[in-house]
Amino acid sequence: MIMMITGLLLILAGVSIMLYRKEILRMIIGFTVVDTGIHLVIVAIGYVKGGTAPIIDKAVSAAPPAMAGVKALTRVVDPIPSALVLTAIVIGLAVTGLMLAYAVRLSKYGNSTDISDYEEQKW
Amino acid sequence: MIKYILIVAAILGFAWLLLPLARDFQVAEELPPLASEYVQGSPRDLNMPNVVTAVVVTYRGLDTLGEVSVLFLATAGIGYFLKRRHHRKHERTPGSEIMRTGAKFLVPMIMVLGIYIFSHGHLSPGGGFQGGVVIASGILMLIMAEVQFEVSHRLLHWSESISGIAYVSLGLAGLILIGMNHFLDPRFWAAGPYLALFSAGAVPVIYSLIGIKVGSELASVLASIQDEGEEV
Repeated sequence: MIMMITGLLLILAGVSIMLYRKEILRMIIGFTVVDTGIHLVIVAIGYVKGGTAPIIDKAVSAAPPAMAGVKALTRVVDPIPSALVLTAIVIGLAVTGLMLAYAVRLSKYGNSTDISDYEEQKW
Repeated sequence: MIKYILIVAAILGFAWLLLPLARDFQVAEELPPLASEYVQGSPRDLNMPNVVTAVVVTYRGLDTLGEVSVLFLATAGIGYFLKRRHHRKHERTPGSEIMRTGAKFLVPMIMVLGIYIFSHGHLSPGGGFQGGVVIASGILMLIMAEVQFEVSHRLLHWSESISGIAYVSLGLAGLILIGMNHFLDPRFWAAGPYLALFSAGAVPVIYSLIGIKVGSELASVLASIQDEGEEV
């Protein structure tokens, strides 16, 4: 529950950073904050009460492999949100890198990273 | 003024949109059906203890293939944006004494740790993506510490392409050797004993290839930030 609320608050904080600030670097920071918040929300959805990491070794279930999963059912958290977050972290890293590269290119082009200095590109 | 009121209204509206997620949320008491199927099937069918790796590499293997392609596209985009039209070589400042000594001491260990993480992805927490990032961080340390260290773009391109091709062809091997609907199925390889390094079929090989691919992609991002897209 705490993780879910923290994640939602981080999403709201990130969105407000992106809306209030005009510096591109700060908007990118806002994006990463939203990203982290979404990861927290997904992980919170996958939590099962009293569960541990979904790695089925002797600590979770000592049965032979064919039956190990059945015994572990009540002791592990949902593996699918964990896998989704694993994907999302990597994609978030790549997209943040791409945005930063674009910011570098823009600052070389116009000597500024403030979006209000690029009036001619408004619609 | 009116702009700030609009922004506050937009944030409040977004918060209202997210409210049901927090209000109706309750911690689950048991696994959903799909997840319990995965938890049972991973040790039984795939001989793999780490269920997250089973989901990432096998059950949702196609997603991971797409993710690797997205990562490749983002890397190519970074290389394009950082490319300079007119080349002007600028002097790099050498790292401090502490940095250089620390790099000599730590970089081999960081590399070994990265290889360990991605080759044991099916047994312990970790995997190709994490191991690749660890290897790229070792290369970042080398770039920061040593002035004369130049990352070879050609080597990075080759290792990235070869590991990508090998990843797809291992997926196709499942399709050919087992049958239809078995793209990226690792079971054409001998399963081996449970909890051993070479267990779980082709998964250690696939995850190592993903690790090499991610590591070389991120290293090429670092290299293009450092020499600004210059072809070396």
